[in-house]
Amino acid sequence: MIRIQNLTKDYGLVRAVNHVNFEINEGEILGFLGPNGAGKTTTLRMITCFLSPTSGSIEVENMNIKNKQLEIKRLIGYLPEHNPLYVDMTVYDYLKFIADIRKIPNFGHRIKEVIKQCGLNGVVHKSINTLSKGYKQRVGFAQAILHDPKILILDEPTSGLDPNQIVEIRELIKELGKKKTLIISSHILQEVQAVCDRIVIINEGKIVADGSTEELQSAFNNKTKLKLELIANKDEITAIVDNIKEIALLSISPLREKTFSVEIEFDSTNDKRAEIFNFIKSKEWTLLEMYRENVSLEAVFRNLTIEGGKR
Amino acid sequence: MNLAITITKKEIKSYFSSPSAYIVLVIFLLLSGWFFASPLFINNQANLRTLFGIIPLLYLFFIPAITMGLISREKNNGTMELLATLPIKNSQIIMGKFWASIILIGVGLLLTLIHFITIMMLGTNIDFGAIFCGYIGLLFMGAVYSSIGIFASSITSNQIVSLIISFFIIFFFFIIRFFLFFVPDFMVGIFQFISIDYHFSNISRGVIDTRNIIYFVSLIVLFLKLAQISLENRNWK
Repeated sequence: MIRIQNLTKDYGLVRAVNHVNFEINEGEILGFLGPNGAGKTTTLRMITCFLSPTSGSIEVENMNIKNKQLEIKRLIGYLPEHNPLYVDMTVYDYLKFIADIRKIPNFGHRIKEVIKQCGLNGVVHKSINTLSKGYKQRVGFAQAILHDPKILILDEPTSGLDPNQIVEIRELIKELGKKKTLIISSHILQEVQAVCDRIVIINEGKIVADGSTEELQSAFNNKTKLKLELIANKDEITAIVDNIKEIALLSISPLREKTFSVEIEFDSTNDKRAEIFNFIKSKEWTLLEMYRENVSLEAVFRNLTIEGGKR
Repeated sequence: MNLAITITKKEIKSYFSSPSAYIVLVIFLLLSGWFFASPLFINNQANLRTLFGIIPLLYLFFIPAITMGLISREKNNGTMELLATLPIKNSQIIMGKFWASIILIGVGLLLTLIHFITIMMLGTNIDFGAIFCGYIGLLFMGAVYSSIGIFASSITSNQIVSLIISFFIIFFFFIIRFFLFFVPDFMVGIFQFISIDYHFSNISRGVIDTRNIIYFVSLIVLFLKLAQISLENRNWK
């Protein structure tokens, strides 16, 4: 649906986007992840025809951005970073203005629909500058989906919102994602993890990873970390390593008297939990807690982006 | 509906939803009224020549003030990104904003018709043709200045910078007639042709000549085109 090839963008001497290649298929929800200043916004601005690439090409439904800008703009709904709005207009006037420019037939009906979908009922005739940030963001959403676009591009849609609003916006994104191709840029990992099918990580203008959440996790983290809390003799705990093969004891730290927190690591492909439990049973220790630490995308992200950043 | 008209409607609404347009219009009327009325009985002539003499000077401040924000404000607020990613051509954005400023200038000129009514009631033998042509000339002059203002607004995201740039470009076209005495003979023709006042005074005498119209229209097209080019070269951002 969207094909990006060798995309490069220079700002003077600074190369913001450096030979980026990726494709987005129809119906996909793509998370576009990277630290601040990695080139996310620049890439999205080129897809939406706001900036022109220095070199490389972008095709949207086989139309090149070089000569089919108006057609591409019609297909895309875009919520820019920082959500710019005409703040002196009322919500209705604003949506009406967008509807006029997009030449939406039967706009009255459509505006009502979108207002309902984005939960803007109570504020339709209020001036936008009197609205809270969460409501402003919804107005931005309403603007982006007003023409029922095939492709929806959201640049940091939840930045600066409070946790409740973030949850609401995520629900909205999930709802929209059922029918559309979606690109969401973010530097917040949980957000991307929560809603996206596929993740592209960009750092310093280059793509450093591309795959589904699970793929990225398994590709970059092949160890599982297990945390135990047990009542046992401290001296005997180390015996666990001697008795079970292929595990590593990371740490033992006392919590209370005779109660210890133990960290154990093993290969993800080789689950040792049963063996560990059986060993503890055989020793007649008391197991208070055992849990697998979730290998988060955060670790992947840090691995990929910090190395480059510390160069 | 043409998209330029949608932009025009939006700009007109935004002009009249804030006090700035009213303030500028009131000052414009106060000053033009003062300069028109004070010598009226001394001259004892039923024409609008003093008015047509002072409005070009007022334009020098009035038009940069109403055009300075047209594009620079959009750049500053980030709404330019919104507008530029909507399916609308840059030329339509520029034209829409141009018409909005023309309408505001038109409103200003329309309000000065009160002076016309005054002399109609006071005087006899009024040269309606000359007055009509004078207003046409003022409208054209305003359109030229607007296109300059829009160009200045398109090259910066700072309204004050835009105001200063448009003021100086307009000032150049305004002041050039005063240099006619200092330039060598062979250049007088060129300077005279560049001077906006020369073309305006031709029209306000009651003669609408194609040469004058071509001058106005080509300046308008030139500056609007430059504004469009500057919008298209967004790469600086």
